[in-house]
Parts: sequence; structure tokens; C-alpha cells
Amino acid sequence: MARLELDRLSKRYGDFHAARDVSLDVAEGEFLVLLGPSGCGKTTTLRMIAGFVEPTAGTVKIGGRDVTTLPPWKRNTGLVFQNYALFPHLTVGQNVAFGLEMRKVAKAEADAKVLDALKLVQLDHLIDRLPRQLSGGQQQRVALARALAFRPDVLLLDEPLSNLDAKLRHDVRVEIRSLQQRLGITTVMVTHDQEEALTMADRLVVMRDGAVRQIGSQKDLYERPADHFVADFVGRSSFLSGTMAGDAEMKTAGGLTVRCAKSLSGPAVMALRPERVYVGREPISGQDNTFPGEVEFVSYLGSLIDIHVRLSPQDRVIAQVPNHDSAALPAVGDTVHVGWAATPAVFPADSDMRA
Amino acid sequence: MTGAAVTHTGKAARPGFRLRPGRWALKAAALVAFIYILTPLIFITWLSFYSQEIPSYPPQGYTLRWYGQAIGNQRFIDAFVISAQVGILATLIGLVIALPASLGLARLRFFGRGAVNNLLLMPLIVPGIVLGFAIYVMLVEVAIRFEWNMLNSFGGLVFGHVLLVVPWMVRLIMASLAGFDRTLEEAAMNLGANRLTTFRRVTMPGILPGIVAGSMFGFVASFGNLELSLFLVGPGRTTLPIAILQYLQWKIDPTIAAISVLQIIIIAVAMLITDRFVKLSRVV
Repeated sequence: MARLELDRLSKRYGDFHAARDVSLDVAEGEFLVLLGPSGCGKTTTLRMIAGFVEPTAGTVKIGGRDVTTLPPWKRNTGLVFQNYALFPHLTVGQNVAFGLEMRKVAKAEADAKVLDALKLVQLDHLIDRLPRQLSGGQQQRVALARALAFRPDVLLLDEPLSNLDAKLRHDVRVEIRSLQQRLGITTVMVTHDQEEALTMADRLVVMRDGAVRQIGSQKDLYERPADHFVADFVGRSSFLSGTMAGDAEMKTAGGLTVRCAKSLSGPAVMALRPERVYVGREPISGQDNTFPGEVEFVSYLGSLIDIHVRLSPQDRVIAQVPNHDSAALPAVGDTVHVGWAATPAVFPADSDMRA
Repeated sequence: MTGAAVTHTGKAARPGFRLRPGRWALKAAALVAFIYILTPLIFITWLSFYSQEIPSYPPQGYTLRWYGQAIGNQRFIDAFVISAQVGILATLIGLVIALPASLGLARLRFFGRGAVNNLLLMPLIVPGIVLGFAIYVMLVEVAIRFEWNMLNSFGGLVFGHVLLVVPWMVRLIMASLAGFDRTLEEAAMNLGANRLTTFRRVTMPGILPGIVAGSMFGFVASFGNLELSLFLVGPGRTTLPIAILQYLQWKIDPTIAAISVLQIIIIAVAMLITDRFVKLSRVV
């Protein structure tokens, strides 16, 4: 158990920046998730922590010890691979014992620790099986036991759930999280699945193009996204683009004047969470913004309904409303009113992003 | 493990007499190939039991005499021992060359990699007689320039046979390296194993089928070789194929058939034993 510090960690391959100036401070016992689309640098960062990728610049410290130049086998990290990477020629017990054996732990003590680790994941009855005789979920848990058996300073999880089916994924998420909390082990997980990230993490790091875009709690990311990318990647938003017209006002591409809770200048994008947009037959009172529009599309999700409303030829918003009374729902082509409160989620337009 | 059960239920689920021309064509082709390969072996086995000295059809009776003659012939026994020694030594030396070479070729990207790869496979393509003559000429040159006479020596023979063994080993070890999941090595290193331990405990067991199969095929290639050996054997030191050839020059009785059958049995048994430990069908 230890604190993990990354200081301006960078990796360059020629002109390509796989990671740039990644600085993170993971507290003892914290569960940190690196979240981002593929190619964002999250896996490179994890591999630099484990020692498989040599950083071009920056340092990695585990428990205050600078390990930047140490090979993987001297770092004392426990890594769970995406494909589990269990040794096919060794039994479950031998797989879990591998790390202890490398640390020259005495046989009797090692046996006890292997059993403990397997009990943690409730697979002690399969100790003599070979990996190929196990289901995907069982292999995943053996991989976890193997990574925990030698009590690493840091637990690293590389998309550990991506090869499991949807049902199992939910259970394993909870299982890993509660195990991690029980052991109080410092953990870094990499994933591209935001739901997985949101349910498991103490803190999240959103990455893109090798750089950290935002670090914060679930609430921070959702309520106060730092930029257009984070607003789009975490949760769902509909976007209005336009130009800042004055103090806390944006003129949209379709000519609407929208009030917001932040002052900028120049081209800007506003992110609206669908559940914060209200729909009604009359102008919405008590909201900073209210506009009439035409219902373009209604998507029936069961307990919730998505209503896509066109405010102008260039401006569309999505409202998500609870399905209290399906008979009262607007139909496509109806004229409705939408309204929302002035939001601070306004960002300078990002040239890489579609509006 | 579950293969049999799966096939069974799969078949049961199918309607009885549906025509599957593709499958039948494949089976027929396989049968033709089988017959083509097995027919000579069947005939030589049959011939080895003929009682008459000059093989002619129909057989006048059957005997085990020729097997006695084959086993009792000191020249054949000496030649067999030489062949086995050369084969085993060449295989061991070949392994020392082929294993690091395969690892380098499979994992490193360096200038001339393609050339080295082709060079290592070359002995498979160059006719044995050309290779044998080339080595002979080289050994003559070495003897003249460095006064180190390897001509017709046991060392020279082994040296030549290493060239026969290496291509097989490189091919089969590289095939098993290609199918080897390298994240297993990363897993081992993450768990605290340094490079050497990782290789010993994880990589080696993973590519063992390729190593065993490569050694097996290399040994068989060496054991059965005639053309290359012709240039490299010394007086009183012949390999089994050469002994057979020499015997044939003045006699054609079923002793040759008997010794051939013995050779086939030895190789087949070796293959079967190998297959028990590593499934050859997985690597070849």
C-alpha cells in the first residue's frame, strides 16, 4: 500500500506524443480511474507505471521511491491484464504462487498466502485446475488473486472487465471495488467505459491525445466538465454552438440569444444535460432560457423518454423526461417549449470536436 | 476434451442424407494422398517377408530371415550407431544455434533480418548433393590454408548435418513463437521475474512443442540423409543410408527391405512418443 506519484510523465514515439506531461497524485488506498477513448494515452501511462514503457521524460514514484528507471520486476506492482495472461502450463495455485515464489517466500507461508488470495476471490476450490478449464469470469478472478497475493504496493487494472459479458461485468465491478476497499490498496484502472469508471472510482482522470483533460470526482466531471471534450465524453449532452455575445450571453448559430453562467469571448460551445432541459406546452417559467421549438424525434427508452427538439435550423437540444404519462407525450411535429437554467458548461469551441 | 461430445451432437442434429459435396471432395483428396504416401511403405513391408532372395512376384513363401540378416550385419549396426550419434550431436548443436536465432528473427527488427531468415532456411532448398560438394570443397580449402584437416572426419560429418537440422528447427520454433502470447512474459516480469527467469519459466514451456518438434524433424532429416553424407563420411565410418546403398551395389535381397522397415518403425515410434508429450499437429 503506497502513494503513487507521477510527475510530468511523457512518452514520445518520434513525432507522436503517446503521453504528455501526465501528473497524478494517487493517495494511499485510493481507486483512480484513467478514462478516455482508445489512443488517449491511458494504457501508455499504466504501462509506464508498471515499467513496460520507458518514459521519455518525467518520474514515477511509488511510496516515495523513485522507480522511473527500475525494470518491471523491481517495482512491486500487481497488474491485471485485459486478456488475464494466466500461465497456461501452470495450475491456478501455481499461477497465484508465482509472485511469492519470485520473492523467495518460504513454501509453507506461500501456500497459506495463495489460499488466502484465492479465498478473497472465492476460487480456493479450483486451486488445482488449469486456466483453460475455467470460465472467463473465473480466469479474471484468478488474475486478480495472482496480482494481489504478493501484496503489491499498487494494483493496476488494464481494462479488466472488457472481456466479460454484460451481466458478469456488473457483478465483477462491485466485487473488485469492495475487495479494493477492504484491502485498502492503491489502485489505478484503465478503461474506456465511462459507466464502469463512474461506478468504481474514487477519482477519475479524463485523458485525450496523451494529455490529462480533467481530474475530479464523478460529480466534478458531470456537473463542471472542464472542456467540450469532457462534457461530450462523460455522460450525455446536447450541444449548442455559437459566439459569445456579451456578459454571460451566447448567440447561437441559429440566432438565439442564450444566457449562461460563465463569461468568455469568441466562438463557444454550450453543453446541456438532457435531464436538465424541461419541456412543456407553454413557455417554461422559472428558467433562465425558454424557447419554442418543433419536436423532431421521440425516443422511447421505457422509464425515460428522449425528446429531440429543433429550436432553429441550426440549433437542436435533447430533453430527457420521466415517463409519467405516455398519453401526454408530445408527438413528432408538435410545437413545444423547452427551458433550462443558465449553465457554466460553456467552453471555447474545440477545433477537433464536432459541435 | 469436449470435442467428441460436440461432434456427436452436431451430427445428430443434422438431417440424415444431405449432400455435402465439399466435404466429400476433401475426404476423397485426403484418401488419395494417404494411399499415395502409404503404398510404397506397404509394399516394402510386404517384400521384407518374401522368402526368395531375388524379389519377384508372386512370393514363394514368407520368412523372418531377412530381419535376422539385417540385425546380424555388423556393417549395418556400426552404420546405425554412427547415424544415431551424428543425428543426436547435430540436433544438440543445431538447437544451440536455432533457438537464439529464432528468438532474434521473431522478435527483433534489424537490418538484414530477411536475409538471415532466408539464409537459415536455405539448406532446405539447396539440393543435398550441391550442399555436400560445397562443404567438401570448403573443407579442402580449410585443410590447405589452415592445416586443419576435417575432411572425412566425424567432426566434418556432424558439421554438415547441423546444416540439415537448423532449418527445420528455426521453422518450427519460429512457428510456435508466432503463436506465443507475449503478455505472458509481461505478466511474469510484473510478478517479479527478471528476463532470464521469465524465459526459463514462461517462454520455454510455451514454445517447447516447437523445440521438440523441430528437434525431432531435424533428427529425422539427419538420420535419413544420403547425398550430403556421401561427401563427408570417412573410411570405416559410414551412415546407415550409405551402408544400405553400398549393400545394394552388389546385392538386392529383401535384407534392404527389412532394414528399411526397421528404420520406419524407429522413426514412427519416436514420432508417436513425441506426439504424446507435444501435439505435433499443433505445430506442424
